[in-house]
Amino acid sequence: MSAPVSVSLLVNGEPIDAVVLPRLNLADFIREHLKLTGTHVGCEHGVCGACTVRVDGEIVRSCLMLTVQAQGASVETIEGLSDSGEIADLQAAFRERNALQCGYCTPGMLMTAQDLLKHVSMPDRPAIREHLSGNYCRCTGYQAIVDAVEATARTRAERRA
Amino acid sequence: MKAAAFAYARATSVVNALELLAAHGDKAKVLSGGQSLMPAMNLRLLSPDILVDIGGLAELRGIAVRGDVLVVGALTRHVDLLGSPEIALHAPLLRDAVAHVAHPAIRNRGTIGGSLAHADPASELPACVLALDATIVVRGPAGERRIAATEFFKGIYETALSPDELLVAVEVPVAGQGVAFFFQEYARRHGDYAIVGLAACAVVAAGSFSDLRLGFFAVGDRPVLAAAAGKLINASVTPALLAEATAALADELDPQEDQQATAAMRRHLAAVLLRRCAAALLARPELEKGATR
Repeated sequence: MSAPVSVSLLVNGEPIDAVVLPRLNLADFIREHLKLTGTHVGCEHGVCGACTVRVDGEIVRSCLMLTVQAQGASVETIEGLSDSGEIADLQAAFRERNALQCGYCTPGMLMTAQDLLKHVSMPDRPAIREHLSGNYCRCTGYQAIVDAVEATARTRAERRA
Repeated sequence: MKAAAFAYARATSVVNALELLAAHGDKAKVLSGGQSLMPAMNLRLLSPDILVDIGGLAELRGIAVRGDVLVVGALTRHVDLLGSPEIALHAPLLRDAVAHVAHPAIRNRGTIGGSLAHADPASELPACVLALDATIVVRGPAGERRIAATEFFKGIYETALSPDELLVAVEVPVAGQGVAFFFQEYARRHGDYAIVGLAACAVVAAGSFSDLRLGFFAVGDRPVLAAAAGKLINASVTPALLAEATAALADELDPQEDQQATAAMRRHLAAVLLRRCAAALLARPELEKGATR
């Protein structure tokens, strides 16, 4: 029982083969096995959003997904989004507006905000709040985070025009 | 916390999943999207010996219209319900309800079959299938059986499913002429578990209800199809009649008390939702205020 299972997946474009216990969730696999510690673990039951990653292009809670469920999937972490430059402008906006203090929620916030900006070109503030509603921040009071996402949406829209 | 150790089997087909469930009985749990099961396991509320992962079974996916029935595969995710043109056209109640289910990252993995089989009395979709008079399609060693939604929910996390059965689909009657829907819930924040919620399906003709199905949730150990709706069917809905119906509703419901609300508060909110529902569906805003005292 509970024998290790082999799993093959892509993480930030890199093929990974591993043998893991079924109970190992994707967040712990990313952090402990791959040493990609940008993905944070907060509540471990899907409430806080700190562990948000992308699986096959969609955001998910990596604490609520088993590593073995990622068989054949393409996983992207905050390191992938950061290194590729995909969210460089969003990160800059977070810095400029003090949209982070302790930084614990920030990787999940960036993941979720980028997901919104990919789907909706010019979200209004209620839409930003709604999309980020599953991500807890205990420092900022959210106002600055909403500011940063709104500002990024605006500059991206101007760039497209 | 982390989940306790368990064995893992990736089902290769529905038949294979049923074999695995037959072999392991109630020591096994079915893993669909995992958005309720994984939290329960991480909190050690559940520690199954083995998970049977049905996530890869394409045969359980998809939404199709067959005659006057909408067939929704068990693995249809909340995000799929939100975006489906078939759902928007034939069962928009499901779309409206799913917008209240948790948050985008959860809706990307959570499934309708998982939500119904989990049977959390505070969750939205069980109340919707009651209101829609849907049928739950289940497969087991003896073949397929169809269970009316009204017979499916038995208690907190309890359903008519036996451990060797798999929920494979939900059949929803296609919305016909004059059918109208209402969905609202009270929650501390959007996406949280409801304090009280109402999913309703009505047939409105000439300004009155010729049918009305009220699916309340978070008001007891299972979703409740309120009998109080009967008072409003084929009747001229006056503020006085509506007050009679809300009084009957308060008698009928047996809500729990918890950190979120007292039983009295839940009864009150259920009555408010009933008034709003009647006002919205009959397009008579004055009904929302209730009878003057």
